Amino acid sequence: MLLSPYPTIGERIRVTLLWLWGALVIAFLMVPILIPVPLSFNSGTFFVFPLEGLSTRWYEVVLGTDRWQTAIGNSLVIAFGTTALATVLGTLTAIALSSDRFPARRIIMPLVISPLIVPVVITAVGSYLFYARVGLASTYLGIILAHTALASPFVVVTVGASLTGFDRNLMRAASIAGAKPVVAFYRVMLPLILPGVLSGAAFAFVTSFDEVVVAQFLASANQRTMPLEMFIGLRERLSPAITAAATLMMVLSILLLVVANLLARRGARKVKSVA
Amino acid sequence: MDQGQFITAPNAADTRSVAAAIRRSQARERLRSFALAMPLLTLLLLSFGIPIAILLSRAVYDPTIANALPLTGAAMQSWSGNGIPEDKTLEALAADLKASQQNGNLSEFAKGLNARLPGARSHILKTARALDKEGVADTVSVIKSMPFWTSPGTWATIVRGRHALTSFYLLSAVDLRWNADGSIERVPPEQAIFLRVFARTFLMAATVTLATLVLGFPLAYLISSVPKTLGAILIVAVLLPFWTSILVRTAAWTVLLQKFGLVNDVLLWLGVTGTRLDLMYSRLGLVIAMTHIQLPFTLLPIYSVMRTIQPSQMRAAYSLGGRPLTSFLRVYLPQVVPGIMAGCLLTFILCLGYYITPALIGGAGDQLISNFIANYVNVELNWEMAAALSFILLVFTMGLYAVFARMLGLDRLKPV
Repeated sequence: MLLSPYPTIGERIRVTLLWLWGALVIAFLMVPILIPVPLSFNSGTFFVFPLEGLSTRWYEVVLGTDRWQTAIGNSLVIAFGTTALATVLGTLTAIALSSDRFPARRIIMPLVISPLIVPVVITAVGSYLFYARVGLASTYLGIILAHTALASPFVVVTVGASLTGFDRNLMRAASIAGAKPVVAFYRVMLPLILPGVLSGAAFAFVTSFDEVVVAQFLASANQRTMPLEMFIGLRERLSPAITAAATLMMVLSILLLVVANLLARRGARKVKSVA
Repeated sequence: MDQGQFITAPNAADTRSVAAAIRRSQARERLRSFALAMPLLTLLLLSFGIPIAILLSRAVYDPTIANALPLTGAAMQSWSGNGIPEDKTLEALAADLKASQQNGNLSEFAKGLNARLPGARSHILKTARALDKEGVADTVSVIKSMPFWTSPGTWATIVRGRHALTSFYLLSAVDLRWNADGSIERVPPEQAIFLRVFARTFLMAATVTLATLVLGFPLAYLISSVPKTLGAILIVAVLLPFWTSILVRTAAWTVLLQKFGLVNDVLLWLGVTGTRLDLMYSRLGLVIAMTHIQLPFTLLPIYSVMRTIQPSQMRAAYSLGGRPLTSFLRVYLPQVVPGIMAGCLLTFILCLGYYITPALIGGAGDQLISNFIANYVNVELNWEMAAALSFILLVFTMGLYAVFARMLGLDRLKPV
């Protein structure tokens, strides 16, 4: 649609320039995230091209040494805890907010989303200060609670989106047919919004798994997460093990978010086909 | 039961009771929907609202001086504010310092006073040592013999610290202070650092926002006007970096920006520079990395608006004789403005809070306000200053967020 049926020379030049610019910007976007991948398979200890040879030694470092294994374990515990908490609470809140009767919706919604906007250092320093007083500093629970605040907006938004197409009459029909609210939720609403819920869960998982600032302030030495270990490594000295860790994290978050987006799209279709 | 009862016209009392029943049921539903949201709202309060409130309160509430000098504070109530307070105040001071030393609070007080009065720490400790010596009977003359205690600035600071509520840190965060005669003045240039850091943060945010717009707008236009399948492939090139964490992308840039890294290789090969540049720990390197990270945030809201604009509109504009530039400016651009505003405002807001990327890629002179906050917490252990800087950063961020929510609606914040 870029060129009209009888393009003038000026138009051809403009479109060519547009393509050229687009190609450059796409290269700018893609090259940096692709670069760590080949470097992580380098057998040498430097980050320079050409590669010295192919090897998986840096993956052995990341997946095989205690330090990194503990970090991966911590990240998984915290990310699963966050996902469970954020998904349940976020879904309930999205259902509540989707009701027309919800009081003060216009105030609550911006508040629920604000953890995405407030500079994360402020959230992290505040949590550090508060959790030290109530005994939650350097605990898994403390990090999970702080991560849940950062992750739940994604759940509220994705589940909320899948609920916009949801016909509330279905719940009324279930109620008339004798279903208690909880049964109606499990048998009627949840199956229809499940893609949205799972998509929100994936967002929550990735948010927690990638998070480093809150972890930096709240985690003690034996609670270091994988991103925190990477951050510390980047500050101290650059080791190719970091490119391997970066590649692993990148692959995980991209896979999960691709699934999340496919689910969200499917969810929208599913709800529409019923309505 | 008589059937006729049902067909009589409803009287006023019945109507009222039906209305009441509906109201009751609606109230129940309101309550139920609120109860569903309660768990998350409680959690947000506990792990987000209260922590931030406590942090911000530290910016204006600092009881260190009031706690350490209760007698002095009481004795100073009659102080005129000029010169050195009378002897009974100095005696009270000596008693307070001794008491602090005995219950082990002296170093905390010395540190607290030092935050407000640079250099005070060593004077306090020295005074306490002098008073602690055996056989000092005349505490007043010991204190009077020290120039620190005869300077009016010292007493002005103590008198202001008598109240736990203080504006000292908030003023410091914008390079202002109380002077000896009780008015607000600029701090001397060698102590003024924060306005420059705020200016740097805003300048960085503006630069990155502009760079993402210049890079992103044409690409968004390209993606929205090519056939659908090609567009879907191209948008993946935007989404993949978007879905990769900020830390991973920062790590990638630390690899690329090395002296012998790819960026320098390319620049040399293109002949842009003759020598390898020091891009790590430089402003330029930081701008490049932040632009890369923020580009999808600017581009996606623009793209989602462009996608809805019918290509037939532009054809109609051409067929009505509009020249390409005129048609673009008068038909296309006005419709895209909300998307541009949303993308740019979002990027600007997020840039104000950048921490990881400046910490890893920026040099000492490129640290943004978040880095100073973290530094005050981690290195200087000066919570009050960290809180005051957070306060001001938060005011700007939330102000812009409110503008965003009001003008553009929160729907534009959807994660893609």
